[in-house]
Amino acid sequence: MTTLLKIIKYQLHDLLRGKWFIIYTAVFFLLTDGLFRFGGDSGQVALSLMNVVLFIIPLVSIVFGTMFFYNSREFMELLLSQPISRVALFLGLYLGLTLPLSAVYLIGVGIPFMYHAGIMTGGYWILLLVGVSLTWVFTALAFLIAVLSEQRVKGVGMTIVLWLFFAILYDGIILFILFALEEYPLEKLTLILSLFNPIDLGRILMLLQFDIAALMGYTGALFSKFYGNMFGSAVAVFALWTWCAIPAWLGYRAFSKKDF
Amino acid sequence: MINIKGLKKRFGRLEVLKELDAQIQENTITAIVGHNGSGKTTLIKCMLGLDKYDGGDISIKDFKLNGDWNYRSQIGYMPQVARFPENLTASEVITMISDLRTGSSTQAEELISYFRLVDEMEKPLKTLSGGTRQKVNAIVALMFNPDILILDEPTAGLDPVSSSLLKDKINAEKTAGKTVIITSHIMSEIQELADTILYLLDGKIFFDGPVDDLIAQTGEKNLERAIAKMMS
Repeated sequence: MTTLLKIIKYQLHDLLRGKWFIIYTAVFFLLTDGLFRFGGDSGQVALSLMNVVLFIIPLVSIVFGTMFFYNSREFMELLLSQPISRVALFLGLYLGLTLPLSAVYLIGVGIPFMYHAGIMTGGYWILLLVGVSLTWVFTALAFLIAVLSEQRVKGVGMTIVLWLFFAILYDGIILFILFALEEYPLEKLTLILSLFNPIDLGRILMLLQFDIAALMGYTGALFSKFYGNMFGSAVAVFALWTWCAIPAWLGYRAFSKKDF
Repeated sequence: MINIKGLKKRFGRLEVLKELDAQIQENTITAIVGHNGSGKTTLIKCMLGLDKYDGGDISIKDFKLNGDWNYRSQIGYMPQVARFPENLTASEVITMISDLRTGSSTQAEELISYFRLVDEMEKPLKTLSGGTRQKVNAIVALMFNPDILILDEPTAGLDPVSSSLLKDKINAEKTAGKTVIITSHIMSEIQELADTILYLLDGKIFFDGPVDDLIAQTGEKNLERAIAKMMS
């Protein structure tokens, strides 16, 4: 346990030296602050932020996560010849990245939002929760890809394809399925399909907070019926964290068998 | 004593180690030799748990390797190419590893002055020359006073002065009762340092015995000639 904390400490130390940390915080901060200054009411700002959160966070987490993993190769080799377990190293690397990324998001979005609209605004907490969850999910996916693929270019390419799939293609595929099977009752299928995309789960969780589920048509009504209560929200959050746990676990399994 | 039985390792379709058996005695300097790609580094990395082998057993001082990592506290490892987190300075790397390996007394200061690195310690590692990095590497391997030293081509890239310093250190470690495993392509160096030689060929041990025996057997005047004769 202490080894794990020490590894996290050295990762943070190394990451905080880079300028990306400040830039990433500043982008979120300026964006949130700007939206409030030019935009208007907190509901609109939250919706605009939602779109940023749903696209930018997965992209940054997955691309930066793989790059970070590849760049830590020397660190891993050095540490693994020491009496240090692979599980401590893997978790140390993972938490050493997800913790600062989450902190950046919480500071960059949370503080200006709180300053302009207050923490009781509808959607404030869910916006923070979804942003942090997506950071953890896509960093886990990034690590999984980086462990499995030795080649950097291939690894980074795969992360971008995966991001495109979840952010854009998946919805297209769902639409296609709904269109092709329009003769049949599809409520359950749609609900189930939504569980298989972490970005969709995040979107559903946020939209339900803003009472605009009706904008999503009949599936929206269905979602608000299912996800709108405590049970449904719990299912969505649970599914989102399963999206973090499974890739992280698979990544660790591959990591524990890897040759260095 | 290190005992290796039926060790198998493959990378994809390439079989690197084919049921290799070997024993390394305590308090000796053992040289692993073999042509490029013969599996010397793979063998070392299997002992360290850096490479996961496909079959066979390795036991180090009666501990059979099973994925537990504590045994590595008895080993100091100097990899072939010194790879460090590039942004750190040498002294940060040494502090970090000392911090992670708590409970071990360190002789870092003494080694830093021994290898004449005092002026280089505060510079980022990426700005240091290959030889200087190799010396930092040696310090990391030696500073916990481990019972077993595994040195993968330790003198590659070192200037003659540093190289002699390191060889003196290796001999001193043996005198202090340590077990040293070394790989090298410089046969004169092996003849100078090693007691025993393990010759790797086609993923197996081709020769295992004292260096002097090998020279005597072939009737040649030095190790390089003896190995050349044995191979022909």
